[in-house]
Amino acid sequence: MPDTTFLDATELVLNMGPQHPSTHGVLRVILKLDGEKVIGTECVIGYLHRGVEKIAENRTYAMFVPYVDRMDYVAAVSNGLGYCLAVEKLLNVEATPRAQAVRIILTELNRIASHLIWLGTHALDIGAITPLFYTLREREEVLKIFEKYCGARLTTHAFRIGGLQYEIYEDFERDVNAFCDMFLPKVDEYEELLTNNRIWRRRLIGVGVLNADDCKQYGVTGPMLRAAGVKWDIRKAMPYSGYEKYDFEIPTAKNADTYDRYVVRMAEMRQSERIIRQAVAGIPEGPIMAKVPKVIKPPAGEAYVSIEAPKGELGYFVVSDGSTQPYRVRIRPPSFVNLQALDKMCRGALVADVVAIIGTIDIVLGEIDR
Amino acid sequence: MERLLRKILLVDLLQGLWVTFRNQHPKNIYTEQYPAQRPKVAERYRGAPRLNINPENGETLCIACNLCAVACPENLIVVTSERNEQTRRKELTHFTYDTSRCMFCGLCEDACPVDALELTQDFELATYTREGMIWDRQMLEEGPRPTKYVC
Repeated sequence: MPDTTFLDATELVLNMGPQHPSTHGVLRVILKLDGEKVIGTECVIGYLHRGVEKIAENRTYAMFVPYVDRMDYVAAVSNGLGYCLAVEKLLNVEATPRAQAVRIILTELNRIASHLIWLGTHALDIGAITPLFYTLREREEVLKIFEKYCGARLTTHAFRIGGLQYEIYEDFERDVNAFCDMFLPKVDEYEELLTNNRIWRRRLIGVGVLNADDCKQYGVTGPMLRAAGVKWDIRKAMPYSGYEKYDFEIPTAKNADTYDRYVVRMAEMRQSERIIRQAVAGIPEGPIMAKVPKVIKPPAGEAYVSIEAPKGELGYFVVSDGSTQPYRVRIRPPSFVNLQALDKMCRGALVADVVAIIGTIDIVLGEIDR
Repeated sequence: MERLLRKILLVDLLQGLWVTFRNQHPKNIYTEQYPAQRPKVAERYRGAPRLNINPENGETLCIACNLCAVACPENLIVVTSERNEQTRRKELTHFTYDTSRCMFCGLCEDACPVDALELTQDFELATYTREGMIWDRQMLEEGPRPTKYVC
């Protein structure tokens, strides 16, 4: 980085965060500025560090499940699914078909909820306040289903190792179908507000471009990778929990800018709705819990399972030494990896674009700091 | 002339207000008048813990098996018991539950073999002291008594 900048002015170092509302939590970004232009950024993370991976080593396998909800608290159900699948792989059991169908319904509902939060806050960062009220209204309906199903709205603890703890409640199918019926027109409503909005387009198109090669080099996954035109979705590439049974498409875009990521995520919400409809139409009968011993004691070994969380590839690497507690749990959070591309995307952008770029990565600091 | 009439008769204002009032249907109102109007939480809501008693004789259902304390990820449950010399049964003496550390995951109620420990629909757990968050057996059996406001 040059010491002196354009017109021989010295660079200006500006601290953004950790209490800045647009950094979505407690992210601190040190911006190096040349006037209004960003010539470098540096992320300072760790303000929300709780040592989740270390906690795992001091808990039994079943006890650790509620903790993973607290990483990506916007999509707690997906976190639980990833961890449960990893331990199930270690134990060499598979959840029953009924449990798998319910798991898919809940994770896809959670994907919608997560994308709604992203859309609302992203629009809020850029200056459109109205979408947030609309998106939170629809998210409320998802949270009501979660509350009725498992008794909690955010940190759900919905899944257990081997299946589910709770049988679906009486009107579950009706509630989910009612949500699906209500939801698609609402997505059209958001699109009406934003897609062809001149301010929205001017703020997003061409901002924060990260092409496919860069995405692969940084390990960026999820909607950011798909907006660069790479058709990579773990639900299709390495199906887990019975995703191969459902018919859905992977939405992609070409330009790899902030606007295309918006387009991809909007399309993903529609695809999620499609999966939910298929899953809720055919929840198989049967037990909800596979045969899992009361004391979970997997044989010594290791397992890596990655799932397609709303934000990208969420991986769990669980090492067992044959005791009741995991020897090591390593979590690959999508937000953490995606955030590393921030510097690349921000170089040459304006200060106002930094806010848009942080918004488009869709970070959750609970997951980054763990 | 027409514009003047529109201005005098406040047509634009009324049109705008019509849009407002169209959305005033009680079904569209999301605001809850909280202390007066209590939200109805779901049946499976995981809120304040409760130690159930047998309604017939007032005895606790807890058999002091300690499974909830073992299942708790935060180790916040302490169960003490003593053996009754006459009946040779374990009897519960003290039961403490630290709600300040609880994350309401529900593992304790899943572990309970006799449905004695339950997470209930009570959600108002605020107290004036930190010590007030550590619930003893009596508190767990009676449940929290939040102030009820009548408006």
